[in-house]
Amino acid sequence: MEAVLITIAVLAVLGCVAAVILYFVSQKFKVYEDPKIGEVEEVLPGANCGGCGYAGCHAMAEALAKADDLSGLVCPVGGAPVMSQIAAILGKTVAESAPKLAVVRCGGCLDKRPKTLNYDGAKSCAIASTHFAGDTACSYGCLGLGDCVSVCQFDAIKVNPVTGIAEVDEAKCVACGACAKACPKQIIEIRYKGRVVKDQARRVWVSCVNKDKGAVAMKACKASCIGCGKCAKVCKFDAITIENNVAHIDNEKCKACGMCINECPKQAIAATFTPPAKPAPAEQKPAPAAPADAQAVQQ
Amino acid sequence: MLKTFSIGGIHPEENKLSAGNAIKEFHLPEDIKEVKIPVAQHIGAPAQPVVAVGDDVKVGQLLAQAGGFVSANIHSPFSGKVKKIEATTGDDGKPAMMITIAVEGDEWLETIDRSAGIKRDITLSAEEIVKKIGEMGIVGMGGARFPAQVKLAVKPGQAQALIINGVECEPYLTADHRLMLEKSEEILIGVKILMKAIGVSDAYIGIENNKKDAIDLLSKIAASYPGIHVQPLKMKYPQGGEKQLIDACIGRQVASGALPISVGAVVQNVGTAYAVYEAVQKNKPLIERVVCVTGKPLQNPSNFWARIGTPVKALIEAAGGVPEDCEKIIGGGPMMGRAFATIDVPIHKGSSGILLMNKKESKRGEIANCIRCAKCVSVCPMGLEPFLLSKVSAKSLWDMAEENHIADCIECGSCSFTCPSNRPLLDYVRLGKAKVMGIMRARAAAAKAAAEAAKAAEAPKA
Repeated sequence: MEAVLITIAVLAVLGCVAAVILYFVSQKFKVYEDPKIGEVEEVLPGANCGGCGYAGCHAMAEALAKADDLSGLVCPVGGAPVMSQIAAILGKTVAESAPKLAVVRCGGCLDKRPKTLNYDGAKSCAIASTHFAGDTACSYGCLGLGDCVSVCQFDAIKVNPVTGIAEVDEAKCVACGACAKACPKQIIEIRYKGRVVKDQARRVWVSCVNKDKGAVAMKACKASCIGCGKCAKVCKFDAITIENNVAHIDNEKCKACGMCINECPKQAIAATFTPPAKPAPAEQKPAPAAPADAQAVQQ
Repeated sequence: MLKTFSIGGIHPEENKLSAGNAIKEFHLPEDIKEVKIPVAQHIGAPAQPVVAVGDDVKVGQLLAQAGGFVSANIHSPFSGKVKKIEATTGDDGKPAMMITIAVEGDEWLETIDRSAGIKRDITLSAEEIVKKIGEMGIVGMGGARFPAQVKLAVKPGQAQALIINGVECEPYLTADHRLMLEKSEEILIGVKILMKAIGVSDAYIGIENNKKDAIDLLSKIAASYPGIHVQPLKMKYPQGGEKQLIDACIGRQVASGALPISVGAVVQNVGTAYAVYEAVQKNKPLIERVVCVTGKPLQNPSNFWARIGTPVKALIEAAGGVPEDCEKIIGGGPMMGRAFATIDVPIHKGSSGILLMNKKESKRGEIANCIRCAKCVSVCPMGLEPFLLSKVSAKSLWDMAEENHIADCIECGSCSFTCPSNRPLLDYVRLGKAKVMGIMRARAAAAKAAAEAAKAAEAPKA
């Protein structure tokens, strides 16, 4: 009985001493962390996708808590609702940002860009592109092996087996940019979702990145941009530039009027809406209806 | 017991179909009026063109000058007029800069000695030899195409042995084998020149035991060339790898990340030795080489003396044309060669072979799960763990890949060859190696810049 009591007493004393030591040590080496970081992290979606440019949601929360103003810091996954919640926690104002999404800049479906080679190596675009330029005549287009699909954490991009090209699901894409980084052909671009007209986001982009000269590009794919410059001429907003034989539509300047779409002789300009009809060349040019309302709103 | 290298290795089927066929001179067919000469025919910086469109060129004239320390000169293999200098489709379908020449006649530079006799006396000094080799655009002819003068620029006393690669361990290829049989004496003189250039008294010509005729012939002639030893080797792939060959011939192992010169060895191919002979003794730049056109579906597997720039298609035509059941055409051997995206491309300085494969041979097997049998580990000649490296590459864990020495991989393909689950091990390892090498280079460059900045900051104080 006595032995048990001694044991309990010794342990109790040891426990007390250890508790005192631990208390002082924890006071001495205390790491202060802004409690707001934890609160912000709770609000963030926790996808750790890296789309904001930080290593994960915790790093983003730290950056948000530290920042003087929140411009430039956007969680692409949570979007505006999450950012306004965070702003409320931190007592700061949130910069308005237009929603974005990933756009695949290749329109060379299998019928427009038939396969010329058989590739039976590892199913990875990165590996395939170290071996050769691609299994079609175009050396710039989508390889269709799905590196973008495997990095997407939101199930928002799929390779369509009919066209052989990656397609983005507008509803699911959060514009984290993981696919754009993974694509060895660099055909995925993060662009504005576009202004909404009748429940539909309107956006226009050049669906080709082929830098070859027109004649070569034309041979490689029926839907290639040949850099003819017709779209640039018709654009009222100077949004289109031709560089290295391929057109590019400036995301900021484009009003999604759609004038360029029908102008393109190769149908290389893609859009999410039906463009206005191309005016007949003989007639006097009627004042296009689209630009007028396009100027009114953007995004 | 024959010598060989100590770690790993595999025994693929030999299939040396064209071993008995003498090298035939290949003449450009009449209907080919234009040839394309790539400016990047070597490892390192592409050469810079020194001719302009419209210029007349003769055979052997300099077309493009070395574009850096690791680079090589390119000479015209044909005479005619320069028609275009622009990027066109290369071997892999990606654009490659090429000089197009409209062929007219066959006019050679007068400085090139075209007499048939063998010139045995070596008159140039060591430095002059290295300079000459650089001028003549000689690169490693085994396929790696490393500029030869860079490897030969060693400090006096640094090199102890010259090792000549006559292994030709790739299945199918017979270019080096035929060269050793038909140009034996020239090769030995070339070896003598290389020995003089790096200042060594011993050279070992490693030849695998499946080329007994070449071993016998070279041993006989080498009797009158003191210092040159013919070293028969046991057959094992990849014995032609630089580090493997050094291990096999002189029993020294090169450390991870180190160069062969760290163990006092310089390795060159027999083809390179022949090119060196022609460059130094006959003043002839590297404008032609032996190309082995082979494969099971092919009608007449052959060995050709072909000028650089000869279209691959023309060579295949000369060997019987592309057969119907041909599925894949490879530049190089079946183990390390790469499939052509198009055969409308020219051969280059490293084109040791053109291999045609039928459907059955070329088809990769169905990929299954890794069963952890470790066959890839036991065959890896560099002592790596390919199953692990491929996995970390697929998951983009570059730090871990570097820790596991991915940069040591020689891309021989033994792991993929041996995998019972047909996993594309090398594909992933190669991808990871390229990434890791890029990271390592960037880090080295950053460290160098930082050191220079520190030096510059210190300088004003002193």
